[in-house]
Amino acid sequence: METTVARTGTEGRTWGGGNEPLKVSYGKMMMWFFILSDALTFSGFLASYGFARYKFADSWPIADEVFNHFPFLHGVDAPMYYVALMTFILIFSSVTMVLAVDAGHQMKKGKVTFYMLLTIIGGIIFLGSQAWEWKNFITGTYGAIETRGGNVLQVVDSDGHRVALDEFVTAAPRERVLHERTNGLWFKDEPTLQRYTIDDVITGFTANPNLHIRTQELTSTGEKVVLTRQASLAKLESDGIGIIEGANLQKNEYGNPLFGDFFFFITGFHGFHVLTGVFINIIIFFNVLIGTYERRGHYEMVEKVGLYWHFVDLVWVFVFTFFYLV
Amino acid sequence: MAHDTTHVHKSNTKRIWTVFIIMSVVTLVEVFLGIVKPEFLTDTYFISLKLLNWIFIILTIVKAYYIAWAFMHLEGESKGLRRAVVWTSTFLIIYLVFILLTEGDYVYEVMNRGNIAWDF
Repeated sequence: METTVARTGTEGRTWGGGNEPLKVSYGKMMMWFFILSDALTFSGFLASYGFARYKFADSWPIADEVFNHFPFLHGVDAPMYYVALMTFILIFSSVTMVLAVDAGHQMKKGKVTFYMLLTIIGGIIFLGSQAWEWKNFITGTYGAIETRGGNVLQVVDSDGHRVALDEFVTAAPRERVLHERTNGLWFKDEPTLQRYTIDDVITGFTANPNLHIRTQELTSTGEKVVLTRQASLAKLESDGIGIIEGANLQKNEYGNPLFGDFFFFITGFHGFHVLTGVFINIIIFFNVLIGTYERRGHYEMVEKVGLYWHFVDLVWVFVFTFFYLV
Repeated sequence: MAHDTTHVHKSNTKRIWTVFIIMSVVTLVEVFLGIVKPEFLTDTYFISLKLLNWIFIILTIVKAYYIAWAFMHLEGESKGLRRAVVWTSTFLIIYLVFILLTEGDYVYEVMNRGNIAWDF
């Protein structure tokens, strides 16, 4: 294919404008610089996560206990298998992307199309997995008791296994109804009433002598401190103010509120990158289909979006390590 | 130039699959260690960090190296571009992480020793 090159009479001159000091095209270099700055943004997130971990070194939630769900294995404790699977999906979609770039170098339109399609599908599966992970995180499994100091107390049985609030609490009949706009002249917003009050929890807890309270505090071996029966009851009566089920930006049943915040922000920001990556990949995929790059004579655009896609994978590798492993 | 049509690119497929296998193995090792958590690794500390965590971090950097060098093709770029990207980010990230972790540890000490009640 013939390419038209405009002759400006400046070829070979240092300041003529035709030079490529780093021997890459303008677009590719700018993609690299964008990736560099984006990498620093993610480092900022992860470093501040590290700051919070060090600050709450002896009370941070244990990731293995929080992320232990696996599709179709309800109630089975499967720490990390799911995130490991997600990591594989993303790495594999990176492989298909680089295969697409490789096919582009050889001007094989069919192969580029096929591998781009696989990459897009991988990206969509990853996004779906992340949505499922968020859903589990937001819904929660066991529920916890909120203390006056903004911490959580979790309930375990005498073997140290977690016990869900539903298993021992029954809601006592209540008079109080949610205050709504329809029955108030000066409506003040009221948060949703919780399923159980702290009194319900205390009643249920007292009736089940094998239950114990587990605090946020970590022992030197990295396990949560379990209180004796007596101390549990005392703690519950003196500190408990309500229950927490699931997670939002203010509080979560796993422990420190910052844990939930960082989870939402870091995986959310990464997921947003995957989403834009999928969109950009789809655009480029259709451009490949209609032969834009075939006519242009090169598939450098595939290479540029490939860079972005690999970067998303690169970030995930770090998120995986610092959020789920360390 | 990357899109020089006169230059014939040879296929890198074999290298791509090799890198994929290496990265899969590294991930499997990470997951295995994360589930088993061998005691001599969790009990041994090096620069106030568990040996296990050091292994995770090093394996992550190994993976990052393969992604950047093989997939993002940094190995084929000019020295200048490679250094502009790698040196800049490495320096700034180490700097930032060092400062924030030091500060985090200091705040932890203050909350532990000072008269600040955070659990009441």
